[in-house]
Amino acid sequence: MENNTSPIISADLKKSPTGISGLDEITNGGLPKGRTTLIAGGAGSGKTLISMQFLAQGALKYDEPGVFMAFEESASDLAKNFISLGIDLEDLTSQKKLLIDYVYIDSSEIEETGEYDLEGLFIRLGSAIDSIGAKRVVLDTIEVLFAGFKNYAILRSELRRLFRWLKTRGVTAIVTGERGDNTLTRFGLEEYVADCVILLDNRMEKQIATRRLRIVKYRGSKHGTNEYPFLIEEDGISVLPITSLGLEHNASIERISTGIERLDNMLEGKGYFRGSSILVSGTAGTGKTSLASHFVDAACRRGDRCLYFAFEESPSQIGRNMSSIGIDFKSWINAGTLQIHSTRPMAHGLEMHLLEMRTIIDKFQPKVVIIDPISNLTNVGTESDVKFMLTRLIDYLKTMGITALSTSLMDSEDDFQAGKGVSSLMDTWIRLRMFENGNERNRGITVVKSRGMAHSNQIREFRITDNGAMLTDVYPGRTGGLLMGSSRVAQEAREEAEILAQQQENERRRRELENRLRSLDTQIAVLRSEFETEEKELNKIIGKEALRREATDKGRTEMARLRKADDLHEGI
Amino acid sequence: MEEGDAENIQPGTQKSYILRLYVAGQTRKSLTAFANLKKICEEHLRGRYRIEVIDLLEKPQLAKGDQILAIPTLVRQLPPPLKKIIGDLSNTEKVLVGLDLRPAEKVD
Repeated sequence: MENNTSPIISADLKKSPTGISGLDEITNGGLPKGRTTLIAGGAGSGKTLISMQFLAQGALKYDEPGVFMAFEESASDLAKNFISLGIDLEDLTSQKKLLIDYVYIDSSEIEETGEYDLEGLFIRLGSAIDSIGAKRVVLDTIEVLFAGFKNYAILRSELRRLFRWLKTRGVTAIVTGERGDNTLTRFGLEEYVADCVILLDNRMEKQIATRRLRIVKYRGSKHGTNEYPFLIEEDGISVLPITSLGLEHNASIERISTGIERLDNMLEGKGYFRGSSILVSGTAGTGKTSLASHFVDAACRRGDRCLYFAFEESPSQIGRNMSSIGIDFKSWINAGTLQIHSTRPMAHGLEMHLLEMRTIIDKFQPKVVIIDPISNLTNVGTESDVKFMLTRLIDYLKTMGITALSTSLMDSEDDFQAGKGVSSLMDTWIRLRMFENGNERNRGITVVKSRGMAHSNQIREFRITDNGAMLTDVYPGRTGGLLMGSSRVAQEAREEAEILAQQQENERRRRELENRLRSLDTQIAVLRSEFETEEKELNKIIGKEALRREATDKGRTEMARLRKADDLHEGI
Repeated sequence: MEEGDAENIQPGTQKSYILRLYVAGQTRKSLTAFANLKKICEEHLRGRYRIEVIDLLEKPQLAKGDQILAIPTLVRQLPPPLKKIIGDLSNTEKVLVGLDLRPAEKVD
C-alpha cells in the first residue's frame, strides 16, 4: 500500500475517519462517509469496541456526534466497560456528543399476530439522530432482532429499508453482526451492506489469542487486503497496518556513540549510524544486556529518549544489575529520558507484542529503542510469521529514524542463524562469544558486519567491570589461539617477566663489559707506567751513553790538545 | 395521548384492562389493528377496558421509553404483567392468548 498522503479515492467517495490508529491507514482515510459499514465477527472479537471507538473519536476529534443503538448491553453496562478503556461515555453523553439507546427485546413477552413493520425502530433512531445532530450511527448488533421477531420475511424487508433509510439520512453507520458458520454474519447482513465490510477474528495459535482485522470489501476504494492484527489496550484499539511500510526511510549519516569508547573505535571511531538497526547476538551470559545498557546510557547522556523493551527481566532487575557495572538507570527513568517496559513473551501473540510496542513507541517518541532479547519473540510465532513481523517492526523503526538495538540469544556458539534470519535485516551485527581456555570462560567481541563503514575486523576481549564494559586487545597465542582473561593476564605477566629478565641480562652484560673495559683501562695504565718506566730507563741509558761519549770526546779532545793534534771535531 | 374509545370502567369482581396501541400515523396496518382490537375488546372485555392510542410520529420519545420497535404494538398496561402483542391483531386467538384472556365460551 502506498503512503496515505496519496490515496486513490474517487472524488465522490468521501471518508469518515475512525480515529483508530492504523485502521484509517488501511482504509485509506476511514469508513465510507454517509454509508453503512458492516463489522462482522465472533463473540468477543471487538465489534462493539471498534464501533464505540468510531463514535467516541468522531465526537472528540471530528465534531461528529453519534448515536449508539445497543441491542445487547445497557447504557450503564457500556459506560462501565468503556471507562476501563479510557472512554468516558457518560461525559460524552452529557455533552450531547453521544446518545446511547438501549433497545431491549424479550421475545418471550411479545406475541405476534398479523402484519407489522419496524417503524418504531426508525422513529426511535430518527429522533435520537435529530436530538443531538448525529453524523454517526452504530447499531450493535442488529441481529438481535432475529431473536425478537419471528417473521423473518418482514424483518429482512425492514432491514433492507433501514439501510436505505440510513443512507438517506446521510449518516455514516456501522452495523455489527455475529459471525456465521458459512456466512460472514449469522443472518446474512452482508446482503444489505454493499459498501464496506470488515471482518474481525480472534484466533488461537499456540494457545495465544490474536485478534485480526480484515477488510473484506470496500466499494470504490483502495484498501489493504491483508489480515491485520489489532490490539485492545488501555486506551482503545489500534490496528497494525503491516503492509503500509516499505523501504523508504532516509539513511542518516549522523553517528552516535555505542557508549563504549573502544567499540566506537572498532566502528571507525564514531559508533553506529543514527536510525540504523543493530543486532547484538551471543549465548547466555555474554553481556548482551550490558552492551545494550551502555548504549542506553550514552543515548540518555546525549538527551535522546530511550525505550527499553525487556522480555526477560523486570525494570528493577535490569536497574539493579546495571548499577553493578556503574550504569544508573534509575536517574534516567526519573528524568523521563528512559522508559523500561517488561513483558513476558508468552503474555500475548507476536503481533500483539509488536503492536503494543508500536503503540508505546508512538506515545513515547524515543530516539533509541532496545529490544532485549528479540529472540524471545520468536518463541511465540511460527518462523515465517516472526521474520515477517520483525521486518515490519524494524522497517517501522527505521522509517521513524529510531536507532534500534536488538539482542539475540543464541543456543550455541556455532549458531550463526541469530534470531531466525533476523541478522539480514540488521545494519550492524555485533557478536559476543564465549571463549573457553585455561579453565575459564571469557567474552570476545567482534563486529560481524556494519553496513556503510569500514569496521574493525579484530576480535577484542569484552570485559565487564565495576566501571562498565571494556574492550581489551586479545593476545594472539603462540599456537594461534586467542588469549583472554587470566591467560591473557598470565601472558602479560610472562612477557613482563621476560622483559625484566632481558633487562637484567642486559644490565649484567653491560656491567660485565664495563668491568672488562675498566680492567683493560687498568691494564693500559699498568702498561703505560711500565712503558714510562722502560722509557725512563731507556732515556737514562741514552743519557749515560751521551755522558760517557761526551766524556770520551772530552778525553780525546783533551788528548789531542795535549798531543797538539788536528781539529777532529767532526769525527765523533 | 389520544384517548381511545374507552367505556367507563365499571367496578366489579373482574380485572379491568388498560391497553395501549402504538401506531405511526394513520397507516392501513394501524387502522386494521385498531379495528381488530376494538372488536375483540367489545366481545371479551365489554365495560372493563380502556384503549389508549399513541402516535409515535407525534411523540417519538415514547418509542424509547416503552421499548417499541414494531408498529403496531399493543401493550397491556394493566393488569400486570406487561404484555406486548405486535402486528395488526388479525388473529383473534393469538390476541386473546397474548392478553391472557381465555376465549369466551361462545367463540368457536
